[in-house]
Amino acid sequence: MSAAPKHTVARFSPASRAAFVIALLLLIGLALAPWWAGRADMRLMSELFLYLALACLWNLLAGYAGLVSVGQQAFVGFGGYCLFAATIFLGVPPLLAVPAVGVAGVLIAIPVAFLIFRLRGAYFAIGTWVIAEVFRLTAAQVSALGGGSGTSLPVTVVKSIAASRSMREAATYWMALGIAVAVLVVVCLLLRSRRGLALTAIRDNELASQSLGIDIWRAKFFVYVITAGLTAAVGALIFLQKLRISPDAAFSVNDWTAFVIFIVVIGGIGTIEGPIIGTIVFFLLRETLADLGSLYLMILGFVAIIIMLRAPKGIWGYVRERTGLDLFALSRRVVLPSNMGPTDTNGPSKETDRGSQTT
Amino acid sequence: MDWVNAIVQGILLGGLYALFAAGLSLIFGVMRLVNIAHGDLIVLAAFLGLTVTTTLGINPLFAIVIVAPLMGLIGYGLQRVVLNRTLGDDILPPLLVTFGLSVIIQNGLLEIYSADPQKMSAGAIETASLNLPGGLNIGVLPLLMFITAVAVIGSLQWIFYRSAWGRAFRATSDNQDIAQLMGLNKSHVFGLAMALALVVVAIAGIFLGVRTSFDPSAGPGRLIFGFEAVIIGGLGNLWGTLIGGIILGICQNIGAQINPGWQLLAGHLAFLVILAVRPRGLFPRIDG
Repeated sequence: MSAAPKHTVARFSPASRAAFVIALLLLIGLALAPWWAGRADMRLMSELFLYLALACLWNLLAGYAGLVSVGQQAFVGFGGYCLFAATIFLGVPPLLAVPAVGVAGVLIAIPVAFLIFRLRGAYFAIGTWVIAEVFRLTAAQVSALGGGSGTSLPVTVVKSIAASRSMREAATYWMALGIAVAVLVVVCLLLRSRRGLALTAIRDNELASQSLGIDIWRAKFFVYVITAGLTAAVGALIFLQKLRISPDAAFSVNDWTAFVIFIVVIGGIGTIEGPIIGTIVFFLLRETLADLGSLYLMILGFVAIIIMLRAPKGIWGYVRERTGLDLFALSRRVVLPSNMGPTDTNGPSKETDRGSQTT
Repeated sequence: MDWVNAIVQGILLGGLYALFAAGLSLIFGVMRLVNIAHGDLIVLAAFLGLTVTTTLGINPLFAIVIVAPLMGLIGYGLQRVVLNRTLGDDILPPLLVTFGLSVIIQNGLLEIYSADPQKMSAGAIETASLNLPGGLNIGVLPLLMFITAVAVIGSLQWIFYRSAWGRAFRATSDNQDIAQLMGLNKSHVFGLAMALALVVVAIAGIFLGVRTSFDPSAGPGRLIFGFEAVIIGGLGNLWGTLIGGIILGICQNIGAQINPGWQLLAGHLAFLVILAVRPRGLFPRIDG
């Protein structure tokens, strides 16, 4: 008791190990879907994966970097249009075009970030919306891609994805699954890295993190640009699946931002688990209530407002407050040595769970 | 001559944009709240005006007498019941709650009034115009709107800097806790500020509905115009907001003169240029 005990830092907990194994099994099951799922189910699941990716990215932006954007549709639409331009004009194979579009998204996001980072807080939010409007109006001026009424992906391009229809559907499904997994992995790795630690510090207290030497502008800039690139890649896949693009669909604030925000808020902002739960809840609600049309959207708006006022940490925040669960091994826990050995995180150890203490 | 005409019409249009922006500027000045549903509230006011004019059979410009107090009440209630709970250091709750509100208003209007574009008719005044020397024609209605905008901004300025309400607004804006100690009820003051903002929104909404056709999805566009006028003019400066609106109106009309497809784009680009050159706007007064 007298000498300072040697401590170790544990990242995985039994719960997150179990979650990792279950996630791997689930992933294998989902990857085999073309052999067990029907056509409609696969379409629905692809859409779910793409929304999951968008939600994770928006969550990284707003929940971790404090950049509340209501203009992410700018990059979804940009990605879609870039995919159409690359495949139609340059003859790039669609599957290769997707990563290229991601790079293009990063490149376009750099000047955009320099401009709108001059706005702060809520004004930043509306500034991102202006950018999205500029993108939409510009796309409507591109007559080679159908101007305001949009265009369809030519049959030759569609055929170049894969020869048969079932192979094409499997390919687009795998790509949707692949990008959702890729986004999750990127977000997890980013948050576990030095930069992630800086981001979490910024999220918890901007002033304190600045006094510790974190360059806030650079940290936020990095996240904004990475998010934009990945969002553009997701956008490319969304419109590769739709096979048709128009400015209003590509830069829709409802489809690509409002729904995504509701997903993240309902699931739990500032957590990795939140967007996953939110996406599942969102699709369950949609499949049961979508017939109500605009009434359904009103319900969604009410639910989001009530959650924001009553339980601002969302469903997962509520669960974690009660159970202390952390499925993604993002926390660092200080483990003091005990009779039970240093690796036991459930022992008489002093825990510093950096995720759940502050918002 | 076309160009001079485009600029004159742009100035007059700028008055309407300043009306869109004035409420936004006021709310931000008092409680640092940016209301994403602001544009949808303008459209809501336009639809309320439509209902009032069709049921009572009166000129939409007189419907303001009914719609303005109604919107004021809605504003006070909204602030006391919902928005006051979101205010704090974190910018996320007010933003997301007003975003949810925006979706609710849009879809509520869609449910009641359908997606059809509507327009209010103000009668003969709509087509009346003044002939100025040099072949310039100025519509009476746009001129009336511009004069109203100047009057509204002048009154807001007077309320803000000369009246007891304005003192309460400024005191609460400067330091909420001390204002509470001096006997001001923060929630009530914020409620009054939102009520005042929505009275301006009511005027803007009626003018919008008389000037152009509108539908339930028109709100976000109005929010963006108002926001651009606020930023161009400089945060917290009401006269600056008027000038911001005018600059936006002129740029849009010049863009439309070059190519009809460039009208909105030209306005947005002007905003981005100002943001790049003078990020705090032309006449800034407070920090964002």
